[in-house]
Amino acid sequence: MSNIVVDKSKVPWWVSNVIVPLVNLTLALLVSGLFIFIAGENPIEAVKLIIFGSFGYIQGFAYTLYYTTNFIFTGLAFAVAFHCRLFNIGGEGQAYIGGLGVFLVAINLSFLPIPIVWLLSICGAFLFGAAWAYIPAYLQSKRGSHVVITTIMFNFIASSLMIFLLVDVIRDTNQMAPHTVKLPEAIWLPSFEAFSGILGIKIRYSPLNLTFLLAIASLFFVWFLVWKTKWGYEMRAVGHNTQAAIYAGISPHKNIIIAMCISGGLAGLLGVNEILGVSHKIQAGFPAGYGFTGIAVALMGRNHPIGILPAAFLFGILYQGGSEVTFEMPNITRYMFVAVQGLIILFSGALENLFRPQIESFFVRRLNKEVNA
Amino acid sequence: MEFLSDIASLINSTLRISTPLVFAAMAGIFAERSGVIDFSLEGKMLMAAFVAAVGSYYLGNPWLGLLLAIIVCVCLSMLHGFASVTHKGDQVVSCVAINILIIGLTTALAAAWFGQAGLTPTLNEDQRFLEINLPFADALREVPIIGIIYSDILSGHYVFVYLAYLSVPIVFWIVFKTSFGLRLRAVGENPSAVDTAGINVFTMRYKALAVNGVLIAFAGAHLSTAVNANFFREMSAGRGYLALAAMIFGKWHPKTALIACLLFGFTDALQIRLQGVELPAIGEIPVQLIQALPYILTVVLLAGFVGKAIAPNAIGQPYIKER
Repeated sequence: MSNIVVDKSKVPWWVSNVIVPLVNLTLALLVSGLFIFIAGENPIEAVKLIIFGSFGYIQGFAYTLYYTTNFIFTGLAFAVAFHCRLFNIGGEGQAYIGGLGVFLVAINLSFLPIPIVWLLSICGAFLFGAAWAYIPAYLQSKRGSHVVITTIMFNFIASSLMIFLLVDVIRDTNQMAPHTVKLPEAIWLPSFEAFSGILGIKIRYSPLNLTFLLAIASLFFVWFLVWKTKWGYEMRAVGHNTQAAIYAGISPHKNIIIAMCISGGLAGLLGVNEILGVSHKIQAGFPAGYGFTGIAVALMGRNHPIGILPAAFLFGILYQGGSEVTFEMPNITRYMFVAVQGLIILFSGALENLFRPQIESFFVRRLNKEVNA
Repeated sequence: MEFLSDIASLINSTLRISTPLVFAAMAGIFAERSGVIDFSLEGKMLMAAFVAAVGSYYLGNPWLGLLLAIIVCVCLSMLHGFASVTHKGDQVVSCVAINILIIGLTTALAAAWFGQAGLTPTLNEDQRFLEINLPFADALREVPIIGIIYSDILSGHYVFVYLAYLSVPIVFWIVFKTSFGLRLRAVGENPSAVDTAGINVFTMRYKALAVNGVLIAFAGAHLSTAVNANFFREMSAGRGYLALAAMIFGKWHPKTALIACLLFGFTDALQIRLQGVELPAIGEIPVQLIQALPYILTVVLLAGFVGKAIAPNAIGQPYIKER
């Protein structure tokens, strides 16, 4: 099967970076359809519902973009660490702690002028998320403990810590449920409703808010950092060949720490969207799996901001459309879409070479014919 | 006397709680000794728990449920092998994919088939494993010391508990005393040398993964058809990762891995007993901190404060046969 050898230099970029990922995605979605069928529902109806739910009406589309915002952050978080060959599976915990950072900064400094509160809260989210990623990074680089296990453990520990804080320390004592008080309304990030009037659209409520622009800015930030700076080069060198990097005088320890801290910080920014933008308080378990979805987003987007944007949008469609499906189809729960994520990681990550040689050789042969003809 | 029976019940629950960890650690030893990283223990354990519970419910016999779980887990291991051995995909990515897929699939299918939020129906006594009372356990209870050890600690466990501790010497024997074990270790240390000796590296890794699938199925069945009488959402609760940490801490060796598993089991048994207890001088420890103890212990152990672990040399690298 793997005896087809293709000269990599002759493969056009769009075949390996567009066609092959699309084929892999299609395979993942076909198997997902099979699962929906096993669960006793019609997959084609489900696709129609997904498309209607995410594009069919303005509020649905706003929700799609709101989910996209979260997935850009967690997808970038995984991608940055991955360029240093680190598997940061701890986006979930880093986002949780990042949320704590936003909240603490915002509630304590809410007397400052508005844009400054926002800026400091964003820094708070980034720093708290980065701090939570620092310990696994340190243990990986100095003690050799595998970052996958430590970050998973830090997810569990973050969850325990946050429940403890929410129950015993920062809980809104007037409420039974474990969540904090709401932030003062003056410092909430403006939501899409505020702008919809200018665009001439009427919308009742949407969670989409200004954080979306922060997410787009993060895409540029990561692109610049990883591909245009000396540090990004060093980090990729460590990821690609640690021995060679050491030879070139690059410190793996320093780069592992920086890569993980930026990764954790980006995951922490999820807290800005959720707390400063949408719920205005910390609720138990608010990262709700976005951290894990980031893995699928990054792998589908081939760990590049240009790929992560459409991948995050696709997952936004799946999430928003998926909630429409769970509403209409009693046999489908939101966990079905967790399974779909698993399939996408499988086909576009682990099995990415399944049909790559065949597809690449097919296109190389066709292009050669055109040139010769 | 009350102190003694407290200790006895603590040891008793340690043995029970460590059981799935022991199976998973042994499963991990097979995969990783052959050079294949296996973070998917967590997902496979969860899948085994689901399949065993659903199988026993429909077939009316827990052994048939276990058999189904074994088949499904071996298939999942083969999938991991297909991605990471045959197609040379990233082994960690493949494991993460399997784990996320299983978390979603088990809960989604439980909801679709049984209509309860991620639960399978409760199994009756015929559909689940029951505790086994060793012979003369009641008669010997009154004998000092031996009575406590035999009747209160060793007797009255589920069949999986005995199987788990039995599996440790067997795994030791296979890995270190048979020619299969020698090849297994060689494939994980230096695959090209094994290839030169005319042994197929890919077949060896698939065989190791098959054994891995069989062993991990026992861990899952223990959770859903023995200690609990049904499957519930994410019931493996990180045990696959704990077992992997135990295995690394045990330096990929069955005996030391067993000790690490027992340490985790003991911490867990202790955390259950400590909940709500007032400690002298400290007072009541927050329940969340106690619950996080096994996870914190994992991080501390992995940080290698007790000596650095050295993995099989070829771990995580797909084998590329030279042409």
